[in-house]
Amino acid sequence: MFDAIINGLSGLGAGLLHMHWSNPVMIVIGGVLLYLGIKKDVEPLLLVPIGFGAILVNIPLADLMGDEGFLRTIYNMGVANELFPLLIFIGIGSMTDFGPLLANPKIFLLGAAGQFGIFLTIALALLAGFSQLDAVAIGVIGACDGPTAIYVTSKYAPHLLGPVSVAAYSYMSLVPVIQPPIMKWLTTEQERQIDMNAFPTTPPSKTTKLLFPIVVTVIGGLIAPKGLPLLGTIMLGNLMKESGVVSRLTKASENEIANAVTLFLGISIGATMDGRMFLTPQTLMILAFGFIAICLDTVCGVLFGKIMNAFTGGKINPLIGAAGISAYPMAARVVQKEGQKYNPYNYLLMHAVGANTGGQVGSVMAAAIMLSVLQGIGLI
Amino acid sequence: MDNWTFAATMIVVGMGGTVVVLGGLGLLMSLLKRIFPAQDEKR
Repeated sequence: MFDAIINGLSGLGAGLLHMHWSNPVMIVIGGVLLYLGIKKDVEPLLLVPIGFGAILVNIPLADLMGDEGFLRTIYNMGVANELFPLLIFIGIGSMTDFGPLLANPKIFLLGAAGQFGIFLTIALALLAGFSQLDAVAIGVIGACDGPTAIYVTSKYAPHLLGPVSVAAYSYMSLVPVIQPPIMKWLTTEQERQIDMNAFPTTPPSKTTKLLFPIVVTVIGGLIAPKGLPLLGTIMLGNLMKESGVVSRLTKASENEIANAVTLFLGISIGATMDGRMFLTPQTLMILAFGFIAICLDTVCGVLFGKIMNAFTGGKINPLIGAAGISAYPMAARVVQKEGQKYNPYNYLLMHAVGANTGGQVGSVMAAAIMLSVLQGIGLI
Repeated sequence: MDNWTFAATMIVVGMGGTVVVLGGLGLLMSLLKRIFPAQDEKR
């Protein structure tokens, strides 16, 4: 009987006995993510489930990511097969108004320049010794677009899903801290003061707004078919919104579906953060490269803004180039705030929102092109 | 494919392709705006 009690007690403490040194560290990291989400309001919809998922998966013997574990079931249900990011994209499409972008379609180019960091970071990651597909997953953090990063990584470098997702969402929320010094460094005070209030823009018609998602899907899909799931879902959401005839579906996409999927996606990402795999020098390098990617996006966006400024005879404020990334609407708000610091009567917001929505299309298009290039060279 | 060739391909085709496709889309949408102007719909 005494033996049975001892054995029973040892069973109670088995979790503690099987703890690897990395597990408590990851539980603390999960706690930090929860703190950032709950107390600092940093991407709470994602960081709360990610943080909790990280805590869950680092409790030994629970086997939540084992073959029968519930986190594994959720992961297989929508992350391993890339379904969750695509469902989120339908919601993003149905929440986004591309009107400011269509009011001045030239701004599309800023949405392209804001993706250069992806490709430059791939080259840097290769230099650091990452494999080609791992470098692609790391570079895609520069899309500044969580679902795109998750889609590409879960498909081609699933072992990096945890650090890539955490980097993508963390840096997206740090855009207001990362971008302003770069914007100031690359522009003169005179450029930052450029008034775009008089810049000619014409609002798009309802027909143009309806045709936009169809045109982007068909042309983008024909050029980069490997990225059609990304393009098709965001544009389906936008078509539903602009058509106005399926408001129930639009509301479901931007609320119920997006909310449920965000919860499942977050907890699944957290579940990939097992300490034994997460706490490696590789993770630190991925976080560093993610930071570099977003800095390079901002640098290239602002420099492209300067080129456009030169070509338009000084009518474009180069600051709006920084909004050519996908972090919407944070990047646009940063541009508005920085612009008003130097010219309180300047309202860059609508132009910046145009560049920012261009960045949303740009990030998806860049990922689509990247995947098609990978297919073309036979890597996938 | 060696890493240098891969990096160069991604930068040239990836970056270049993104600019060309988005630039082309911008032009196409400008054209569609002219064909379907907002004023006509208001009338």
